[in-house]
Amino acid sequence: MNQPALNLWIIPVLPLVGAAINGLFGRRFKNSMVSAVALLFTAASLAYAVWVALQWWGHTEPYVQSLGDWISAGGFHAPFGFYLDRLSTVMMLIVTGVGFLIHVYSVGYMAHEGGYYRFFSYLNLFMFFMLTLVLANNYLLMFVGWEGVGLASYLLIGFFFHKDSAADAGKKAFIVNRIGDFGFLLGMFLLIGMFGSLNFEAVFGPLKTYSPELHWGILTATALLLMVGATGKSAQVPLYVWLPDAMEGPTPVSALIHAATMVTAGVYMIARSSPIFSRAPHALEIVALVGAITAIFAATMGMAQTDIKRVLAYSTISQLGYMFLACGVAAYAAGIFHLMTHAFFKALLFLGAGSVIHAVGGEQDMRRMGGLRKLIPVTFWVMTVATFAIAGFPPLSGFFSKDEILWRTYLNSPVLWFIGVVTALLTSFYMFRLWFMTFFGDLRLGEVDIGEEAHKADAPVQAQHAPAAHSHGHGAEEHGHSGVHESPWIMLAPLVILAILSVVGGWVGIPAALGGSSHFEHFLAPAIQAPLTAEAGEATARLELTFAGISVAAALIGFFFAWLLYYKRPELPDRITARIHGIYLLVLHKYHIDEGYDQLFVKPLLALSTYVFWRGVDQEIIDGTVNGAASASQQLGRGLRQMQSGNIRSYAAWVAAGGAAVIVYMIWLGVGK
Amino acid sequence: MVPLSWYLVLSAVLFCLGVSAFLLKRNIITIFMSIELMLNAVNLSFVAFANQFHNLDGQVFVFFVMVVAAAEAAVGLAIIIAVFRTRETLNVDRVNLLKL
Repeated sequence: MNQPALNLWIIPVLPLVGAAINGLFGRRFKNSMVSAVALLFTAASLAYAVWVALQWWGHTEPYVQSLGDWISAGGFHAPFGFYLDRLSTVMMLIVTGVGFLIHVYSVGYMAHEGGYYRFFSYLNLFMFFMLTLVLANNYLLMFVGWEGVGLASYLLIGFFFHKDSAADAGKKAFIVNRIGDFGFLLGMFLLIGMFGSLNFEAVFGPLKTYSPELHWGILTATALLLMVGATGKSAQVPLYVWLPDAMEGPTPVSALIHAATMVTAGVYMIARSSPIFSRAPHALEIVALVGAITAIFAATMGMAQTDIKRVLAYSTISQLGYMFLACGVAAYAAGIFHLMTHAFFKALLFLGAGSVIHAVGGEQDMRRMGGLRKLIPVTFWVMTVATFAIAGFPPLSGFFSKDEILWRTYLNSPVLWFIGVVTALLTSFYMFRLWFMTFFGDLRLGEVDIGEEAHKADAPVQAQHAPAAHSHGHGAEEHGHSGVHESPWIMLAPLVILAILSVVGGWVGIPAALGGSSHFEHFLAPAIQAPLTAEAGEATARLELTFAGISVAAALIGFFFAWLLYYKRPELPDRITARIHGIYLLVLHKYHIDEGYDQLFVKPLLALSTYVFWRGVDQEIIDGTVNGAASASQQLGRGLRQMQSGNIRSYAAWVAAGGAAVIVYMIWLGVGK
Repeated sequence: MVPLSWYLVLSAVLFCLGVSAFLLKRNIITIFMSIELMLNAVNLSFVAFANQFHNLDGQVFVFFVMVVAAAEAAVGLAIIIAVFRTRETLNVDRVNLLKL
């Protein structure tokens, strides 16, 4: 096989060079120099990725390039190797493309923030690790990227580290992810145990001899452990709690890491491991269940949030649930398809939200927004596109990917399909709620009263966000408080490009029933292992059209209710929440999950660490041994010191006593007999 | 012929006298003399054994001991004079600087 030399390693290394330059010397650079370095290397990475993709476009087999052994222990080898198949091509293009756009946007958004060089260094570092994750040819190198993006995520969530809430959110994200990584690691150990290697080819090749019936135990265990890793990274139930808090980071970070790319790593990993998952039907069922529960659970929580970024955070969790659902019904291509369209419209939503926040001088509470449609028209229009896309209106991208997932879910399990449709309705509702609250009605900026009841319930969130508003406030002060203003074009240009992608991004995967050819699915087919079990249900074009109609109807109903409650009759929501007070408070408090975890895991662990490991093991046993040895020799010394009285006769007495003792000993032994 | 054991008993008695005097007396000159007593008690056993076993090694050793004792006396007395000049006492209990 004559392969062209693609030198895949260049793609991740370029952003790393950018990160190193900015990280090491950025402090002395001007802001323009920092952004030039960051953008140059990201753009170069994007250009090279596009070139590589074009070179390998027609090939169905993966392009593998190994740069030599990284770890070599006995029979186990883990190479520095890169793997380009159609799945990683798609991911690579999403990461570099969306990543580049968000870098451009950040130049405008972060212009007034301190630590400018630090931000871009971290952002480039993130790109490096994400591309390593996507392009690795073995699980271990993938894990390096996996941990690396976790690190970058930690650094960027805690970017405003002088704020306690941001530092705490960073730690929370890091620690919750550790739980998932634990599962991933155990899954890898099982793979080593089975195949003695973690290379994708070395695992997936011999895997063909494993049958789902004979080896279901080990296959299910491996798949479930990998899934635990994915739930951590992709913020699924029960490990989703870190993602809403991650919104403490700057908005471009939320867009890039916590919406478009990093959180989709779990979905990518499951799709990449499709040969394992497809041989473990029980694990797949659990993946689907987790996805469906997460989707609807997060959607309900998103309905009551008033912080614009938190609504989007819960929306992200919910959409990731869809992707899990797709993977769980073995429609990996649909999951990746949704991953791609979601990357476009959710990055757009976050960047648009950032533009809104920028416009209103750091305010994040939607109850203080409103009427921004006229004031920031470009942002309004791109947000409109994104909102309609995520709500699933044809012919925008979200419609095709979501519909594909729902359709494939229906073929597998009507119950999960129903959950998915309800989620679609809720998604449409909370997104249009955001849309109406932000862009319609009257501007309520500066009005402090926010409904007594809601205010009380929301107090902790408010307290958390007050400093956030303050830190953005620098910009507000410079612009003066005179009024709302549109963002500069360096921020708007990426928004417009993403808006175009949000519109057309779905057209590559139009299903046959709607006059397309499912191009995306066929494109990914060589990289993904189709399920071994035959699909249930009879797929007909007419039925598929009906289901597409139901999806659209759900979106319309959501739109209608949002319109009714937040545009036509804005007094209605208060009355409704007063009527169902208990449920409303429950949702507002996010089902008290955070508090529950706090009581259930954090506090007992803290107590265990404090009283057993810290005060018990560390202070008593370990410190006790060291200090005890020291004080014992001190005591002994103090005792022996008494002998050194300086009194010659006592010295003599000791000598005499010693001599006598020797003689007694010798007599007792009977020396000389 | 006086049996060997008598010499040894006498030697032991003299040695013990030397030890007890060394431990009990405070005057440094007396202590010095008790050292001589102990050395000579040992010398007595040497010659007794030499006589008993008709072996001259013991006799030779006695001369060594005497030489060492003489040297030691010379150094020791010099030290005593130096101590007396600085401390103006011969009481060993008051010369107790030999410690940390």
